[in-house]
Amino acid sequence: MTTRWFGDRVPRNEDQRLLTGQGRFVDDISPSNALHAAVLRSPVGHARLLRIDTAAARALPGVEAVWTAEDLGDALRPSPLVVPHDSLTHGRTQYPLATDSVEYVGQPIAFVVAADRYVAEDACDLIEVEYEALPAVVDLEAAVAPDAPLVHPDVPENVAAHLVQSVGNVEEAFRRADHVIEERLVLERGAGQPMECRAVTALFDPVEEVLTVYDTTQAPLSIRNGLAVLLGLSENQVRVVAPDVGGGFGVKIMMFYAEEVLVPLAAVRLGRPVKWTEDRREHLIASNHERGQIHWASLAATNEGVILGVSDRFLHDTGAYTPYGIIVPIITATQLPGPYRVPNYHSDATVVYTNKVPVTPYRGAGRPHACFVMERLMDRLADRLDIDRVEIRRRNFIQPHEFPWDVGLTFQDGRPTRYDSGNYPEGLDRLLEALDYEGFRREQAEARLAGRRLGIGIAAYVEGTGIGPYEGAHVRIDGTAKRVVVSTCVGTQGQGHETAFAQIVADELGVEPSEVRITTGDSRAMNWGSGTYASRSAVVTGNAIGAAARVVRQKAQSVASGLFEASPDDIELEWGRVGVKGSPQHSLSLWDVAVVANPIRYAYGDQASEAMQLMKTRDGAALESGEAPGLEAREYFAPDRATWASGAHGAIVEVDADTGSPVILRYVAVHDCGRVINPTIVEGQIHGGVAQGIGGSFYERLVFDEEAQPLSSTFMDYLIPTSMEVPDIETVHVETPSTLNPLGIKGAGEAGVIPVAAVMASALEDALSEYDVRVNQMPLSPSDIRDLIRLGTDVIGSQPG
Amino acid sequence: MKPAPFTYYDPHTLDEALGLLAVHGDAAKILAGGQSLVPLLNMRLAAPDVIVDINRLPDLDFVTTDNGLRVGALARQAMVERDAAVRDVAPLVTEAIAWVGHRQIRNRGTLVGSLAHADPAAEMPLVFLALDGELHLRRTSGSRRVSAGDFFVHIMTTALDPEEIATEASLPPVPPGSGSAFLEVARRHGDFAVAAIAVVVTIEAGRIRRARVALGGVGPTPLRATRAEERLVDEEPTNELFVEAALAASHDCEPVTDIHGTAEYRRELVRTMVYRGLGRAVVRARTGAAG
Repeated sequence: MTTRWFGDRVPRNEDQRLLTGQGRFVDDISPSNALHAAVLRSPVGHARLLRIDTAAARALPGVEAVWTAEDLGDALRPSPLVVPHDSLTHGRTQYPLATDSVEYVGQPIAFVVAADRYVAEDACDLIEVEYEALPAVVDLEAAVAPDAPLVHPDVPENVAAHLVQSVGNVEEAFRRADHVIEERLVLERGAGQPMECRAVTALFDPVEEVLTVYDTTQAPLSIRNGLAVLLGLSENQVRVVAPDVGGGFGVKIMMFYAEEVLVPLAAVRLGRPVKWTEDRREHLIASNHERGQIHWASLAATNEGVILGVSDRFLHDTGAYTPYGIIVPIITATQLPGPYRVPNYHSDATVVYTNKVPVTPYRGAGRPHACFVMERLMDRLADRLDIDRVEIRRRNFIQPHEFPWDVGLTFQDGRPTRYDSGNYPEGLDRLLEALDYEGFRREQAEARLAGRRLGIGIAAYVEGTGIGPYEGAHVRIDGTAKRVVVSTCVGTQGQGHETAFAQIVADELGVEPSEVRITTGDSRAMNWGSGTYASRSAVVTGNAIGAAARVVRQKAQSVASGLFEASPDDIELEWGRVGVKGSPQHSLSLWDVAVVANPIRYAYGDQASEAMQLMKTRDGAALESGEAPGLEAREYFAPDRATWASGAHGAIVEVDADTGSPVILRYVAVHDCGRVINPTIVEGQIHGGVAQGIGGSFYERLVFDEEAQPLSSTFMDYLIPTSMEVPDIETVHVETPSTLNPLGIKGAGEAGVIPVAAVMASALEDALSEYDVRVNQMPLSPSDIRDLIRLGTDVIGSQPG
Repeated sequence: MKPAPFTYYDPHTLDEALGLLAVHGDAAKILAGGQSLVPLLNMRLAAPDVIVDINRLPDLDFVTTDNGLRVGALARQAMVERDAAVRDVAPLVTEAIAWVGHRQIRNRGTLVGSLAHADPAAEMPLVFLALDGELHLRRTSGSRRVSAGDFFVHIMTTALDPEEIATEASLPPVPPGSGSAFLEVARRHGDFAVAAIAVVVTIEAGRIRRARVALGGVGPTPLRATRAEERLVDEEPTNELFVEAALAASHDCEPVTDIHGTAEYRRELVRTMVYRGLGRAVVRARTGAAG
């Protein structure tokens, strides 16, 4: 195989469509006779439902249905617990509509279907609900106090799970340590905010008895399989399509969100298409959240700054339910050691229920928390020993010759946490070079003389990516259309799958990426697979596509070898042609070979007919036993375990000490995701992740009052950094190929966000070193930064105006 | 996020509009730029029975600078922002208006609408208070003028009666020898102020003869820091004076804590920004530079 396209900055196949407004998103799909749905959501954080009166809502002209839990019949089942785990002793998932209590503001109570969304919302306003208030569980530490009120009466101490993992002997390590660092570290609740909110549109065809559901989900096959069970249909009677989707970040993967059950159910029962599009307020209040952990972490080290052990106890806020098991805290616990040699490690995680929106993975999925904790400990150790923060990392990095490196833990996929490859010292060197670390120290000193406070922060991370179980792909050459047609059922939310996957195929088959058409997210196009999550699509689906394309290539070689009477090994595929090596007169276009590979006796089009002339008549059956017509293949890839990406980020930040306002002057991301398919796409992933990390450092904070009312329920209060707050992000690629898949790929989707809070904390401390500021919590507003400065002297700066 | 039902009117004359308000009173809401009202309607935080859309009224989209500044009820903030003559007669307005939301918002939003909405953290109310502005209010039975100081009553509450329309806002000419400055700290570009200040000083013979110090986001309305102003008048502008006036200003406000900042932080911001603003305004007064 040549690698003409793999690694190239191929312009994206999907951009023409997306950038000219031709993308087709779920809300663009508007069947003419569709009904519109709205959801009545709990306005209170914790209450018993005493009475629900829907009479006035039902009587409103234009209303077709008003459902509460008791109207759901067989569909009234708690959603499945997607990832069970032995430590999750008290897992709880929710019903599509609340039965006799509500556990968070935003929880669905009633579902209205009406002529339009206006009427549906009017009807929601007419539903009367009588609540008996119950005490709300909000604060994480208070939730596990002995006398705390309970979110679920049958879950003692609000503890859903208690997860303990250990490596070596931590107690012994701490006993012989020269230094012990101890910190309480907090990352507050935040959430993914895709540009497109969630949406579901469902149509039921009563003649064919086929339900079609357009859904913004990241995992259409899981939704299809679940809906089939729930509605008593066979899997091929349910088609779930995730068309163009405007960002996912994890928040769009659930099994199920209430609307994913209610909208299809309504389409079946009412016999009309039903459409629901989430508004931003609903998304902020009622779609899943993440982050939200408190750590008590300690690190033991020698006088030379060598880590002897790390011990971490933490509380993880799972909100009111555990629909996604304990994936997030598992990832936090297992990724905390990061790129360092940590011979002795103990992690003790308590997963806590609160009266808040459930927590499921959001880009980073537990890793930003882990990185923040570990990198804070590293900075503290450096400060304690008066060693440079860069040097302390160098002394503890796992070295390139030490791979595979076994951390000794069990990762989220149930497989050993074993790093396959990496080069952490090189990543750090490249970062320092890009930042001009030494030069910055001079600049910093000069700026200080002019009254400006600059600081530099760095952080390193690893990321387990590309987990199983498997993905599949179907590759077929459509000779008459002159296209390679590829199908997979992972969803696409803007990652550039139509291009990156096409590059892989183009190299295998010797065609142009623009000649490869990729279909993702349609359960009719590919019957098997899992979904887009965990930075896995490029790794798992990419390799499945590569494998399928390879089989197609072999078939093309085999067909051509028959035509040209040459050995298949002498047949090459290049520039769209299939021919005998070194013998250009003996070649055909790949499209013609595909036509010839189908032994029927006619073909449309001049070229195809011409190609048919080459077909050799053979005696007997057109196909031998086991032989298949055409050039196509379906293949799967199931990785043994996660492949470990890594990186090091750094930033230069200026802080106005009088107003507490930070400005990011530079941001450099060094990134290693193994072999890069398309650097432009990877850089886009990093840019987006860093922007979200900046949000998680300075802006994005989901605040609840003592009654569990969300206080950040609009974009005026939940602050997303804009292009004005995000600096130009410089990226540097380091490539250490994965040893766990044929293409050498590691995942890149989540990487950008992981170290940002750690970087910013470090930079703030450096900029404000004269005040001995200690950053143990993120995000920080300027008001919080002022609190940290605790300026003893006059607040007014050195210069007027 | 769909509004509750309402009756929509789009009168074509001012008399017609005033007649509708006379009939519907506080059941009606006026729609001009819609940048605050429409989100409130969509979130059902406001559910008026009647919307009176004044965008079709003639002759209200003016900005004049013959004698001070006059801005009609339908003049978009972007019009004011781009008008070079405004920069000459009221540089504080030009400086502050760039802080109002984002460009798209300023293209639709009206300056008078921002005054009538009276968000205590909004920029234009603060500036009109600092510059002794006036609102021109019309009703079927007549008209009146209300000073900015009297117009802002409480959070999003003004002296406007339900049957009145604010047809114009105006500013008197700024005396010679004046300089001004506007400073704001917002969480992000385009957000409402966590705190903002506007200062105007007039210098004659080396002394401050007149001073206006106005504060936004630190009380139920934009506030005049009168003790700070008193401290400044008749004094020579010195660094020590600015320090004292800034301290006084920080005691002339009633900030509260919310998720974007503590009361204490806002008080600190007032002090820092008034101090910095005075320095900037005095330089501008002396050099005749814009502002």
